[in-house]
Amino acid sequence: MSRSFTLRTVGRLGGLIRRFVAEFGQAAMLLWRAASYTRRIPRDRRLLLDQMAHIGADSLPLVFVIGFFTGMVSAWQAAYQFKGLIPYSLLGAAVSRAIFLELGPVLTAIVIAGRVGASIAAEIGTMRVTEQIDALESLAISPARYLALPRIVAAVIMMPLLVIFANAIALGGAYIVSNLFLDISSKMFFESVQRFFQVKDIVIGLVKALFFGGATAFIGVHVGMNASGGAEGVGNATIRSFVLSSAMILVLDVMLWKIFF
Amino acid sequence: MIEIRNLHKSFGEQEVLRGIDLRINDGDTVAIIGQSGCGKSVLLKHIIGLMQPDSGEVIVDGVNMSTAKPRVIEKIRQELGFLFQGSALFDSMTVLENVTLGLREHGLRDEKELARITKEKLALVGLHGIEERMPSNLSGGMKKRVALARALATNPKYMFYDEPTTGLDPITSDQIDGLIEGLTAKLRATSVIVTHDMFTVERIAKRMVFLHEGKVHFDGPPAELNASRNPIISLFLERYRSPLTLAR
Repeated sequence: MSRSFTLRTVGRLGGLIRRFVAEFGQAAMLLWRAASYTRRIPRDRRLLLDQMAHIGADSLPLVFVIGFFTGMVSAWQAAYQFKGLIPYSLLGAAVSRAIFLELGPVLTAIVIAGRVGASIAAEIGTMRVTEQIDALESLAISPARYLALPRIVAAVIMMPLLVIFANAIALGGAYIVSNLFLDISSKMFFESVQRFFQVKDIVIGLVKALFFGGATAFIGVHVGMNASGGAEGVGNATIRSFVLSSAMILVLDVMLWKIFF
Repeated sequence: MIEIRNLHKSFGEQEVLRGIDLRINDGDTVAIIGQSGCGKSVLLKHIIGLMQPDSGEVIVDGVNMSTAKPRVIEKIRQELGFLFQGSALFDSMTVLENVTLGLREHGLRDEKELARITKEKLALVGLHGIEERMPSNLSGGMKKRVALARALATNPKYMFYDEPTTGLDPITSDQIDGLIEGLTAKLRATSVIVTHDMFTVERIAKRMVFLHEGKVHFDGPPAELNASRNPIISLFLERYRSPLTLAR
Protein backbone atom coordinates (compact mmCIF):
# COMPACT_ATOMS: atom_id res chain seq x y z
CA MET A 1 0.00 0.00 0.00
CA SER A 2 2.66 2.44 1.11
CA ARG A 3 4.99 1.30 -1.71
CA SER A 4 2.33 1.90 -4.37
CA PHE A 5 1.61 5.33 -2.87
CA THR A 6 5.31 6.18 -3.09
CA LEU A 7 5.48 4.94 -6.68
CA ARG A 8 2.40 7.00 -7.63
CA THR A 9 3.86 10.09 -5.98
CA VAL A 10 7.22 9.62 -7.72
CA GLY A 11 5.39 9.03 -11.02
CA ARG A 12 3.35 12.23 -10.63
CA LEU A 13 6.43 14.21 -9.65
CA GLY A 14 8.29 12.83 -12.67
CA GLY A 15 5.39 13.79 -14.95
CA LEU A 16 5.33 17.27 -13.45
CA ILE A 17 9.07 17.76 -13.96
CA ARG A 18 8.83 16.41 -17.53
CA ARG A 19 5.98 18.84 -18.35
CA PHE A 20 7.87 21.75 -16.77
CA VAL A 21 11.06 20.98 -18.74
CA ALA A 22 9.08 20.54 -21.98
CA GLU A 23 7.24 23.84 -21.47
CA PHE A 24 10.41 25.67 -20.52
CA GLY A 25 12.06 24.32 -23.68
CA GLN A 26 9.12 25.46 -25.82
CA ALA A 27 9.17 28.91 -24.24
CA ALA A 28 12.93 29.25 -24.75
CA MET A 29 12.55 28.17 -28.40
CA LEU A 30 9.81 30.75 -28.98
CA LEU A 31 11.93 33.50 -27.45
CA TRP A 32 14.95 32.47 -29.52
CA ARG A 33 12.93 32.41 -32.74
CA ALA A 34 11.36 35.80 -32.00
CA ALA A 35 14.77 37.28 -31.15
CA SER A 36 16.20 35.97 -34.43
CA TYR A 37 13.80 38.30 -36.31
CA THR A 38 14.71 41.55 -34.48
CA ARG A 39 16.47 42.85 -37.60
CA ARG A 40 13.12 42.79 -39.40
CA ILE A 41 11.46 45.18 -36.92
CA PRO A 42 11.89 48.28 -39.13
CA ARG A 43 10.19 46.43 -42.02
CA ASP A 44 7.42 45.22 -39.70
CA ARG A 45 6.92 48.61 -38.04
CA ARG A 46 3.19 48.64 -38.85
CA LEU A 47 2.69 45.51 -36.72
CA LEU A 48 4.75 47.07 -33.93
CA LEU A 49 2.86 50.40 -34.03
CA ASP A 50 -0.50 48.60 -33.91
CA GLN A 51 0.59 46.74 -30.79
CA MET A 52 2.06 49.88 -29.20
CA ALA A 53 -1.30 51.60 -29.65
CA HIS A 54 -3.15 48.61 -28.19
CA ILE A 55 -0.82 48.06 -25.25
CA GLY A 56 0.01 51.70 -24.56
CA ALA A 57 -2.58 54.24 -25.68
CA ASP A 58 -5.59 51.99 -25.07
CA SER A 59 -4.41 51.26 -21.51
CA LEU A 60 -4.18 54.93 -20.48
CA PRO A 61 -7.69 55.28 -18.95
CA LEU A 62 -7.18 52.20 -16.77
CA VAL A 63 -3.67 53.24 -15.74
CA PHE A 64 -5.07 56.70 -14.88
CA VAL A 65 -7.66 55.22 -12.51
CA ILE A 66 -5.19 52.80 -10.91
CA GLY A 67 -2.51 55.49 -10.54
CA PHE A 68 -4.88 58.05 -9.07
CA PHE A 69 -6.37 55.77 -6.42
CA THR A 70 -3.01 54.21 -5.58
CA GLY A 71 -1.58 57.70 -4.95
CA MET A 72 -4.54 58.67 -2.77
CA VAL A 73 -4.43 55.51 -0.66
CA SER A 74 -0.66 55.63 -0.25
CA ALA A 75 -0.89 59.20 1.13
CA TRP A 76 -3.50 58.13 3.68
CA GLN A 77 -1.50 55.03 4.54
CA ALA A 78 1.68 57.06 5.05
CA ALA A 79 -0.16 59.59 7.23
CA TYR A 80 -1.55 56.74 9.36
CA GLN A 81 1.94 55.31 9.88
CA PHE A 82 3.58 58.72 10.44
CA LYS A 83 1.08 59.79 13.12
CA GLY A 84 2.94 60.71 16.32
CA LEU A 85 6.27 59.40 14.98
CA ILE A 86 7.35 61.33 11.87
CA PRO A 87 6.45 64.91 10.83
CA TYR A 88 3.99 65.26 7.93
CA SER A 89 6.50 67.49 6.18
CA LEU A 90 8.24 64.28 5.05
CA LEU A 91 5.07 62.67 3.72
CA GLY A 92 5.60 63.89 0.13
CA ALA A 93 9.07 62.30 -0.01
CA ALA A 94 7.96 58.97 1.48
CA VAL A 95 4.96 58.65 -0.81
CA SER A 96 6.76 59.73 -3.98
CA ARG A 97 9.69 57.34 -3.45
CA ALA A 98 7.31 54.45 -2.75
CA ILE A 99 5.40 55.30 -5.93
CA PHE A 100 8.48 55.68 -8.15
CA LEU A 101 10.27 52.60 -6.88
CA GLU A 102 7.53 50.12 -6.18
CA LEU A 103 3.88 51.05 -6.44
CA GLY A 104 3.95 52.66 -9.89
CA PRO A 105 5.85 49.89 -11.71
CA VAL A 106 4.35 46.87 -9.89
CA LEU A 107 0.71 47.94 -9.83
CA THR A 108 0.80 49.19 -13.42
CA ALA A 109 2.41 45.92 -14.53
CA ILE A 110 -0.18 43.79 -12.73
CA VAL A 111 -3.03 45.82 -14.24
CA ILE A 112 -1.44 45.50 -17.69
CA ALA A 113 -1.02 41.75 -17.11
CA GLY A 114 -4.79 41.62 -16.57
CA ARG A 115 -5.70 43.80 -19.52
CA VAL A 116 -3.01 43.22 -22.13
CA GLY A 117 -1.40 39.89 -21.16
CA ALA A 118 -4.78 38.18 -20.89
CA SER A 119 -6.00 39.72 -24.15
CA ILE A 120 -2.83 38.57 -25.95
CA ALA A 121 -3.35 35.04 -24.61
CA ALA A 122 -7.03 35.08 -25.63
CA GLU A 123 -6.32 36.46 -29.12
CA ILE A 124 -3.45 34.10 -29.89
CA GLY A 125 -5.23 31.19 -28.16
CA THR A 126 -8.27 31.72 -30.40
CA MET A 127 -5.98 31.85 -33.41
CA ARG A 128 -4.41 28.56 -32.28
CA VAL A 129 -7.66 26.64 -31.77
CA THR A 130 -9.17 27.93 -35.05
CA GLU A 131 -6.04 26.92 -37.01
CA GLN A 132 -5.21 30.54 -37.88
CA ILE A 133 -1.65 30.06 -36.58
CA ASP A 134 -1.31 26.95 -38.76
CA ALA A 135 -2.64 29.06 -41.64
CA LEU A 136 0.06 31.68 -40.98
CA GLU A 137 2.73 28.98 -41.06
CA SER A 138 1.28 27.49 -44.25
CA LEU A 139 1.71 30.94 -45.83
CA ALA A 140 5.39 30.80 -44.82
CA ILE A 141 4.87 33.49 -42.17
CA SER A 142 6.60 32.79 -38.88
CA PRO A 143 4.22 33.29 -35.91
CA ALA A 144 7.31 34.15 -33.83
CA ARG A 145 7.97 37.12 -36.13
CA TYR A 146 4.40 38.10 -36.99
CA LEU A 147 2.67 37.56 -33.63
CA ALA A 148 5.24 37.23 -30.83
CA LEU A 149 7.93 39.79 -31.62
CA PRO A 150 5.73 42.89 -32.14
CA ARG A 151 3.81 42.21 -28.93
CA ILE A 152 6.93 41.64 -26.80
CA VAL A 153 8.78 44.67 -28.20
CA ALA A 154 5.69 46.90 -27.92
CA ALA A 155 5.21 45.89 -24.27
CA VAL A 156 8.90 46.50 -23.49
CA ILE A 157 8.63 50.01 -25.00
CA MET A 158 5.19 50.95 -23.68
CA MET A 159 5.35 49.64 -20.11
CA PRO A 160 7.95 52.22 -18.95
CA LEU A 161 5.93 54.98 -20.63
CA LEU A 162 2.78 53.79 -18.87
CA VAL A 163 4.69 53.73 -15.58
CA ILE A 164 5.83 57.35 -16.08
CA PHE A 165 2.19 58.29 -16.65
CA ALA A 166 1.05 56.22 -13.62
CA ASN A 167 3.75 57.82 -11.43
CA ALA A 168 2.61 61.33 -12.38
CA ILE A 169 -1.06 60.55 -11.78
CA ALA A 170 -0.33 58.75 -8.49
CA LEU A 171 1.71 61.72 -7.27
CA GLY A 172 -1.25 63.94 -8.18
CA GLY A 173 -3.60 61.67 -6.22
CA ALA A 174 -1.27 61.72 -3.20
CA TYR A 175 -1.05 65.52 -3.39
CA ILE A 176 -4.84 65.94 -3.51
CA VAL A 177 -5.31 63.77 -0.39
CA SER A 178 -2.43 65.50 1.42
CA ASN A 179 -3.76 68.94 0.58
CA LEU A 180 -7.48 68.41 1.04
CA PHE A 181 -7.63 65.89 3.87
CA LEU A 182 -4.31 66.04 5.74
CA ASP A 183 -3.78 69.83 5.79
CA ILE A 184 -0.38 69.60 4.12
CA SER A 185 0.28 72.70 2.02
CA SER A 186 1.30 72.42 -1.63
CA LYS A 187 4.66 74.01 -0.77
CA MET A 188 5.38 71.53 2.02
CA PHE A 189 4.35 68.52 -0.08
CA PHE A 190 6.37 69.38 -3.18
CA GLU A 191 9.39 70.64 -1.23
CA SER A 192 9.51 67.29 0.51
CA VAL A 193 9.21 65.43 -2.82
CA GLN A 194 11.96 67.58 -4.33
CA ARG A 195 14.34 67.38 -1.35
CA PHE A 196 14.53 63.60 -1.32
CA PHE A 197 14.08 63.06 -5.06
CA GLN A 198 16.67 60.85 -6.73
CA VAL A 199 16.79 60.20 -10.46
CA LYS A 200 17.97 56.69 -9.58
CA ASP A 201 14.52 55.91 -8.09
CA ILE A 202 12.79 56.75 -11.36
CA VAL A 203 15.36 54.87 -13.45
CA ILE A 204 15.13 51.73 -11.32
CA GLY A 205 11.32 51.86 -11.55
CA LEU A 206 11.50 52.17 -15.33
CA VAL A 207 14.03 49.34 -15.72
CA LYS A 208 11.69 47.16 -13.67
CA ALA A 209 8.79 48.18 -15.91
CA LEU A 210 10.76 47.18 -18.97
CA PHE A 211 11.26 43.65 -17.60
CA PHE A 212 7.65 43.43 -16.39
CA GLY A 213 6.37 44.46 -19.83
CA GLY A 214 8.51 41.92 -21.68
CA ALA A 215 7.58 39.12 -19.27
CA THR A 216 3.83 39.91 -19.44
CA ALA A 217 3.69 39.93 -23.26
CA PHE A 218 5.95 36.90 -23.60
CA ILE A 219 3.86 34.83 -21.17
CA GLY A 220 0.65 35.90 -22.97
CA VAL A 221 2.08 34.85 -26.34
CA HIS A 222 3.53 31.55 -25.07
CA VAL A 223 0.37 30.52 -23.22
CA GLY A 224 -1.81 31.52 -26.21
CA MET A 225 0.35 29.57 -28.67
CA ASN A 226 -0.08 26.45 -26.54
CA ALA A 227 -3.84 26.77 -26.01
CA SER A 228 -5.92 23.75 -26.97
CA GLY A 229 -9.45 22.46 -26.63
CA GLY A 230 -11.71 25.17 -28.07
CA ALA A 231 -13.42 27.94 -26.10
CA GLU A 232 -12.65 26.35 -22.72
CA GLY A 233 -8.97 26.07 -23.67
CA VAL A 234 -8.86 29.75 -24.60
CA GLY A 235 -10.52 30.67 -21.28
CA ASN A 236 -7.97 28.60 -19.39
CA ALA A 237 -5.12 30.18 -21.36
CA THR A 238 -6.39 33.65 -20.41
CA ILE A 239 -6.51 32.82 -16.70
CA ARG A 240 -3.14 31.03 -16.84
CA SER A 241 -1.54 33.98 -18.56
CA PHE A 242 -2.74 36.42 -15.88
CA VAL A 243 -1.73 34.16 -12.97
CA LEU A 244 1.73 33.40 -14.42
CA SER A 245 2.38 37.03 -15.40
CA SER A 246 1.38 38.37 -11.97
CA ALA A 247 3.59 35.78 -10.22
CA MET A 248 6.46 36.51 -12.61
CA ILE A 249 6.15 40.27 -12.00
CA LEU A 250 6.51 39.73 -8.25
CA VAL A 251 9.41 37.27 -8.66
CA LEU A 252 11.20 39.68 -11.02
CA ASP A 253 10.53 42.52 -8.59
CA VAL A 254 12.35 40.66 -5.83
CA MET A 255 15.22 39.66 -8.13
CA LEU A 256 15.68 43.19 -9.50
CA TRP A 257 15.49 44.70 -6.02
CA LYS A 258 18.30 42.37 -4.98
CA ILE A 259 20.35 43.40 -8.03
CA PHE A 260 19.83 47.17 -7.61
CA PHE A 261 20.21 47.42 -3.82
CA MET B 1 8.26 15.52 -55.29
CA ILE B 2 7.08 14.54 -51.82
CA GLU B 3 8.49 11.48 -50.14
CA ILE B 4 7.31 10.11 -46.80
CA ARG B 5 9.44 7.43 -45.18
CA ASN B 6 8.40 5.26 -42.24
CA LEU B 7 6.47 8.07 -40.55
CA HIS B 8 5.39 7.50 -36.95
CA LYS B 9 3.36 9.82 -34.73
CA SER B 10 1.69 9.27 -31.37
CA PHE B 11 -0.40 11.53 -29.16
CA GLY B 12 0.10 10.26 -25.62
CA GLU B 13 -0.77 6.57 -25.66
CA GLN B 14 -2.55 6.79 -29.01
CA GLU B 15 -0.40 5.81 -31.99
CA VAL B 16 -1.91 7.64 -34.96
CA LEU B 17 0.65 7.02 -37.72
CA ARG B 18 2.41 3.65 -37.61
CA GLY B 19 4.97 3.75 -40.37
CA ILE B 20 3.62 5.56 -43.43
CA ASP B 21 5.56 5.19 -46.66
CA LEU B 22 4.30 7.27 -49.56
CA ARG B 23 5.65 9.00 -52.64
CA ILE B 24 3.77 11.79 -54.39
CA ASN B 25 5.17 12.71 -57.78
CA ASP B 26 4.90 16.13 -59.38
CA GLY B 27 1.55 16.53 -61.16
CA ASP B 28 -0.20 13.78 -59.14
CA THR B 29 -3.75 14.26 -57.91
CA VAL B 30 -3.92 12.08 -54.83
CA ALA B 31 -6.81 11.52 -52.46
CA ILE B 32 -5.97 10.29 -48.98
CA ILE B 33 -9.05 8.58 -47.59
CA GLY B 34 -9.97 6.59 -44.53
CA GLN B 35 -12.19 6.60 -41.48
CA SER B 36 -12.33 9.60 -39.17
CA GLY B 37 -9.37 9.57 -36.80
CA CYS B 38 -7.19 7.34 -38.99
CA GLY B 39 -4.52 10.07 -39.24
CA LYS B 40 -5.27 11.69 -42.63
CA SER B 41 -5.08 15.31 -41.43
CA VAL B 42 -2.12 14.48 -39.18
CA LEU B 43 -0.29 13.11 -42.23
CA LEU B 44 -1.08 16.27 -44.21
CA LYS B 45 0.19 18.51 -41.40
CA HIS B 46 3.44 16.54 -41.33
CA ILE B 47 3.91 17.13 -45.04
CA ILE B 48 3.88 20.90 -44.64
CA GLY B 49 5.87 20.76 -41.41
CA LEU B 50 3.09 21.87 -39.04
CA MET B 51 3.71 18.74 -36.98
CA GLN B 52 6.94 17.01 -36.10
CA PRO B 53 7.15 13.21 -36.46
CA ASP B 54 8.21 10.94 -33.61
CA SER B 55 10.32 9.08 -36.17
CA GLY B 56 10.61 8.83 -39.94
CA GLU B 57 10.89 11.69 -42.39
CA VAL B 58 9.01 13.85 -44.85
CA ILE B 59 11.04 15.12 -47.80
CA VAL B 60 9.59 17.90 -49.95
CA ASP B 61 11.68 18.86 -52.99
CA GLY B 62 14.73 17.38 -51.29
CA VAL B 63 14.17 19.22 -47.99
CA ASN B 64 13.60 17.22 -44.81
CA MET B 65 10.67 19.06 -43.19
CA SER B 66 11.52 17.91 -39.66
CA THR B 67 15.23 18.74 -39.59
CA ALA B 68 15.56 21.72 -41.96
CA LYS B 69 16.13 25.22 -40.56
CA PRO B 70 12.96 27.35 -40.15
CA ARG B 71 14.02 29.73 -42.98
CA VAL B 72 14.48 26.77 -45.37
CA ILE B 73 11.04 25.43 -44.44
CA GLU B 74 9.58 28.91 -45.04
CA LYS B 75 11.04 28.85 -48.56
CA ILE B 76 9.41 25.47 -49.22
CA ARG B 77 6.10 26.68 -47.81
CA GLN B 78 6.03 29.52 -50.32
CA GLU B 79 5.50 26.75 -52.90
CA LEU B 80 2.56 25.26 -50.96
CA GLY B 81 -1.12 26.13 -50.74
CA PHE B 82 -3.25 24.71 -47.93
CA LEU B 83 -7.03 24.72 -47.62
CA PHE B 84 -7.91 24.15 -43.97
CA GLN B 85 -10.88 22.12 -42.80
CA GLY B 86 -12.37 25.09 -40.93
CA SER B 87 -11.15 27.62 -43.55
CA ALA B 88 -8.92 29.28 -40.89
CA LEU B 89 -9.47 32.79 -42.25
CA PHE B 90 -7.89 35.55 -40.17
CA ASP B 91 -10.99 36.94 -38.50
CA SER B 92 -9.53 40.40 -37.83
CA MET B 93 -8.77 40.95 -41.54
CA THR B 94 -10.90 41.71 -44.57
CA VAL B 95 -11.15 39.25 -47.47
CA LEU B 96 -8.59 41.30 -49.41
CA GLU B 97 -6.15 41.28 -46.49
CA ASN B 98 -6.66 37.54 -46.04
CA VAL B 99 -5.99 36.75 -49.69
CA THR B 100 -2.95 39.01 -49.96
CA LEU B 101 -1.29 38.43 -46.58
CA GLY B 102 1.19 35.86 -47.91
CA LEU B 103 2.16 38.10 -50.83
CA ARG B 104 2.49 41.20 -48.66
CA GLU B 105 4.66 39.45 -46.09
CA HIS B 106 6.96 38.19 -48.81
CA GLY B 107 7.60 41.59 -50.24
CA LEU B 108 4.82 42.59 -52.65
CA ARG B 109 3.66 46.05 -51.52
CA ASP B 110 2.06 47.48 -54.69
CA GLU B 111 -1.55 48.01 -53.59
CA LYS B 112 -2.91 48.06 -57.17
CA GLU B 113 -1.21 44.76 -57.96
CA LEU B 114 -2.45 43.23 -54.70
CA ALA B 115 -6.01 44.34 -55.50
CA ARG B 116 -5.70 42.91 -59.02
CA ILE B 117 -4.46 39.54 -57.74
CA THR B 118 -7.24 39.40 -55.13
CA LYS B 119 -9.86 40.10 -57.79
CA GLU B 120 -8.35 37.46 -60.08
CA LYS B 121 -8.15 34.75 -57.39
CA LEU B 122 -11.64 35.50 -56.08
CA ALA B 123 -12.98 35.24 -59.64
CA LEU B 124 -11.22 31.89 -59.95
CA VAL B 125 -13.31 30.59 -57.03
CA GLY B 126 -16.48 32.26 -58.27
CA LEU B 127 -16.61 35.28 -55.96
CA HIS B 128 -16.88 38.96 -56.88
CA GLY B 129 -16.95 42.28 -55.03
CA ILE B 130 -16.45 40.95 -51.49
CA GLU B 131 -12.91 42.27 -50.97
CA GLU B 132 -13.87 44.57 -48.09
CA ARG B 133 -16.09 42.11 -46.24
CA MET B 134 -15.02 40.51 -42.96
CA PRO B 135 -14.98 36.70 -42.60
CA SER B 136 -17.74 36.90 -39.96
CA ASN B 137 -20.08 38.22 -42.70
CA LEU B 138 -19.50 35.27 -45.03
CA SER B 139 -21.35 31.95 -45.28
CA GLY B 140 -19.52 28.64 -44.73
CA GLY B 141 -19.24 28.01 -48.48
CA MET B 142 -17.95 31.55 -49.13
CA LYS B 143 -15.36 31.16 -46.37
CA LYS B 144 -14.09 27.96 -48.02
CA ARG B 145 -13.83 29.77 -51.35
CA VAL B 146 -11.97 32.73 -49.84
CA ALA B 147 -9.63 30.30 -48.07
CA LEU B 148 -9.08 28.61 -51.43
CA ALA B 149 -8.36 31.96 -53.07
CA ARG B 150 -5.85 32.71 -50.28
CA ALA B 151 -4.14 29.35 -50.82
CA LEU B 152 -3.94 30.03 -54.55
CA ALA B 153 -2.66 33.60 -54.23
CA THR B 154 1.01 32.63 -54.46
CA ASN B 155 0.46 30.25 -57.43
CA PRO B 156 1.60 27.22 -55.42
CA LYS B 157 3.34 24.20 -56.88
CA TYR B 158 1.56 21.93 -54.39
CA MET B 159 -2.06 22.25 -53.23
CA PHE B 160 -3.31 20.50 -50.10
CA TYR B 161 -7.00 20.25 -49.26
CA ASP B 162 -7.95 19.13 -45.74
CA GLU B 163 -11.56 17.87 -45.74
CA PRO B 164 -12.69 20.54 -48.23
CA THR B 165 -16.41 19.71 -48.00
CA THR B 166 -16.79 18.91 -44.30
CA GLY B 167 -19.59 20.89 -42.68
CA LEU B 168 -21.08 22.07 -45.97
CA ASP B 169 -24.50 21.24 -47.37
CA PRO B 170 -24.63 18.86 -50.40
CA ILE B 171 -25.13 21.64 -52.95
CA THR B 172 -22.26 23.78 -51.64
CA SER B 173 -20.11 20.62 -51.33
CA ASP B 174 -20.80 19.88 -54.96
CA GLN B 175 -19.80 23.43 -55.93
CA ILE B 176 -16.53 23.17 -53.96
CA ASP B 177 -15.81 19.77 -55.56
CA GLY B 178 -16.41 21.32 -58.98
CA LEU B 179 -14.06 24.17 -58.13
CA ILE B 180 -11.27 21.88 -56.98
CA GLU B 181 -11.78 19.68 -60.04
CA GLY B 182 -11.54 22.72 -62.34
CA LEU B 183 -8.54 24.17 -60.51
CA THR B 184 -6.69 20.86 -60.53
CA ALA B 185 -7.02 20.64 -64.29
CA LYS B 186 -6.33 24.34 -64.86
CA LEU B 187 -3.40 24.97 -62.51
CA ARG B 188 -1.65 21.63 -62.95
CA ALA B 189 -0.42 21.85 -59.37
CA THR B 190 0.32 18.62 -57.51
CA SER B 191 -2.82 18.14 -55.44
CA VAL B 192 -3.35 16.17 -52.25
CA ILE B 193 -6.90 15.92 -50.96
CA VAL B 194 -7.65 14.52 -47.54
CA THR B 195 -11.27 13.53 -47.15
CA HIS B 196 -13.72 10.84 -46.16
CA ASP B 197 -16.19 12.15 -48.74
CA MET B 198 -16.15 9.61 -51.59
CA PHE B 199 -18.11 11.95 -53.87
CA THR B 200 -15.22 14.42 -53.75
CA VAL B 201 -12.70 11.67 -54.31
CA GLU B 202 -14.42 10.02 -57.25
CA ARG B 203 -14.76 13.34 -58.99
CA ILE B 204 -11.23 14.61 -58.57
CA ALA B 205 -8.61 11.98 -57.67
CA LYS B 206 -6.47 10.04 -60.12
CA ARG B 207 -4.85 8.07 -57.32
CA MET B 208 -6.25 6.85 -54.01
CA VAL B 209 -4.40 6.22 -50.78
CA PHE B 210 -6.47 4.44 -48.16
CA LEU B 211 -5.24 4.74 -44.58
CA HIS B 212 -6.23 2.21 -41.96
CA GLU B 213 -4.92 1.96 -38.42
CA GLY B 214 -2.13 4.39 -39.16
CA LYS B 215 -0.76 2.60 -42.23
CA VAL B 216 -1.23 2.78 -46.00
CA HIS B 217 -3.73 -0.02 -46.65
CA PHE B 218 -4.23 0.67 -50.35
CA ASP B 219 -2.44 2.82 -52.93
CA GLY B 220 -3.68 2.76 -56.53
CA PRO B 221 -6.15 4.11 -59.09
CA PRO B 222 -9.83 4.69 -58.14
CA ALA B 223 -11.10 1.86 -60.34
CA GLU B 224 -8.86 -0.61 -58.52
CA LEU B 225 -10.09 0.63 -55.14
CA ASN B 226 -13.71 0.24 -56.23
CA ALA B 227 -13.05 -3.30 -57.43
CA SER B 228 -11.20 -4.27 -54.25
CA ARG B 229 -12.58 -7.20 -52.30
CA ASN B 230 -10.60 -6.29 -49.20
CA PRO B 231 -13.14 -6.43 -46.32
CA ILE B 232 -11.92 -3.20 -44.69
CA ILE B 233 -12.11 -1.24 -47.95
CA SER B 234 -15.47 -2.84 -48.85
CA LEU B 235 -16.91 -1.85 -45.49
CA PHE B 236 -15.69 1.74 -45.95
CA LEU B 237 -17.11 1.99 -49.48
CA GLU B 238 -20.40 0.27 -48.64
CA ARG B 239 -21.91 3.39 -47.12
CA TYR B 240 -21.36 5.30 -50.35
CA ARG B 241 -22.95 2.57 -52.42
CA SER B 242 -26.22 2.58 -50.48
CA PRO B 243 -29.26 3.63 -52.57
CA LEU B 244 -29.76 6.84 -50.57
CA THR B 245 -26.24 8.15 -51.13
CA LEU B 246 -26.16 7.04 -54.75
CA ALA B 247 -29.26 9.15 -55.34
CA ARG B 248 -27.35 12.28 -54.25
